[in-house]
Amino acid sequence: MIRTESYTINITMENENNAGEPEITGASRRAFLKQSSALAAFALTPPGAVHAVEKGLDEKVAVAFEQQPLRVEINGVAQQLSVEPRVTLLDLLREQLNLTGTKKGCDHGQCGACTVHVDGQRVNSCLTLALTTEGSKVTTIEGLGSVDKLHPMQEAFIKHDGFQCGYCTPGQIMSAVACINEGHANSPDEVREYMSGNICRCGAYANIVEAIMEVKSKGGRI
Amino acid sequence: MNPFQFTRANTPQAAVSAVSKESGAYFLAGGTNLIDLVKREVIIPERLVDINRLPLATIEETTSGIRIGAMAKNSVVADHALIKKHFPLLSMALNAGASAQLRNMATVGGNMMQRTRCPYFYDHSMPCNKRGPVQSGPSKGQPNGPAGCGAIGGVNRMHAIFGTSEKCIAVHPSDMCIALAALDATVNVTGPRGNRSIPFAQFHRLPGDAPQKDNTLSPGELILSVDIPRNEFAKYTHYLKVRDRTSYAFALVSVGVAADMKGKTIQDIRLAMGGVAHKPWRLADSERFLKGKEATLENFKQAATLAMQGAKGYGENDFKLTLAPNSIIEALQIATQTV
Repeated sequence: MIRTESYTINITMENENNAGEPEITGASRRAFLKQSSALAAFALTPPGAVHAVEKGLDEKVAVAFEQQPLRVEINGVAQQLSVEPRVTLLDLLREQLNLTGTKKGCDHGQCGACTVHVDGQRVNSCLTLALTTEGSKVTTIEGLGSVDKLHPMQEAFIKHDGFQCGYCTPGQIMSAVACINEGHANSPDEVREYMSGNICRCGAYANIVEAIMEVKSKGGRI
Repeated sequence: MNPFQFTRANTPQAAVSAVSKESGAYFLAGGTNLIDLVKREVIIPERLVDINRLPLATIEETTSGIRIGAMAKNSVVADHALIKKHFPLLSMALNAGASAQLRNMATVGGNMMQRTRCPYFYDHSMPCNKRGPVQSGPSKGQPNGPAGCGAIGGVNRMHAIFGTSEKCIAVHPSDMCIALAALDATVNVTGPRGNRSIPFAQFHRLPGDAPQKDNTLSPGELILSVDIPRNEFAKYTHYLKVRDRTSYAFALVSVGVAADMKGKTIQDIRLAMGGVAHKPWRLADSERFLKGKEATLENFKQAATLAMQGAKGYGENDFKLTLAPNSIIEALQIATQTV
């Protein structure tokens, strides 16, 4: 259990740092955010519940409820996991495997931010129960290219400025790659239709279509 | 999401047995609607029975037409050579629905089983007669939210103009089903009492006094396949979907047309509408009127007028009383290539 003292320390560090990114040894920005929001909730919770949370009782009950084995290949790595039936592929990727490139937007299959490939097909990972991917091959944005060698679609998105805030981008790119491989990128109109499951609130659509058409024009499966 | 049990079924019989013996058990196919409903606590299942491994995804020609397995993905059906060649209306309707990702997940059987997107149904703090009792947890057996119909006198822009009841004015959301209704499909199911076939027109039902029932399946029944009889409608066909944005939105009104033409004469025709009723809305009177007639704007207008008999608006959806006949005329013009 994280104590309040460490919260104070983190805040101080963030203030001293002044750059908005706390320098916490051995901890990611994400871990810091999780930790500080947990503590904010902690401060507002009645003592009895705090006691239960402190002992991790709710989690233990949930975990004990039912976990089932799951064998799935993610970005080329065979995984032997144990997951609850209610865990979606999206939450498995983000919360258990730390593959946070796949984004949670609406969590209801309406925005496409969570798009990944399961056995080469693009799907909404927020509506896919992890257990239904048993024996499948999952590819996320982390498995598409690497920092040293970007995927052609990633290169094209940068070249054509296919994003502004970037939140929808991993989903857009996963969808775009599938769109070409499915044979549904033969014209800008067709791309617009077959990319309609990926919403971009910044409105980078025109540039996204350009990026996809360029990659498509180079030919072949990508 | 609330916790639930999870079982993987390897045979249709095992799936039927697993769902039949537990009141809170549901078949899980693509999950594109069911998982959403579970997340929103409209459905709180005891158990999900995963049917994704069942060998029910084949698409094959039969002596009388085509048989599509219930587990065939929407995207696979839409792009299938036989479907595109012989039943293009189905392909058009499928591609007009959802997004590429969702069509990769959604199955033919699941598409038929999807629930209405009426916002009152989805919000269990609002009145709705479509939600059944809670199926698991401490509130098991209790109604899931207040009874009544929030949409009558409420926000009802998306709602029905045909076949409504004082209990419910929700619409059936599927595009695929509009095509299947127009093409006189048959649904093959298996269940605790064996196999049976249901004509598509009798598969979905009107709300009446039991709006919680979307269809005529008995508890535990599982869809195995859909048959479409061979027809001569491949050349003159169109699916017109009118919606709030160009793609990836539910229909305000949609019209499926499949016709057999000889010169300018309509030899035979099938017409069905979506977004207007609790089930795919077949336009039988308009079909009878048009059969043997010339494909002219005047005839199309008369067919549209016939189709609108008995239509009733509920306020915000009154525009559908104009949009629907206009859509029928436009779809007929495009299908018969007389624009």
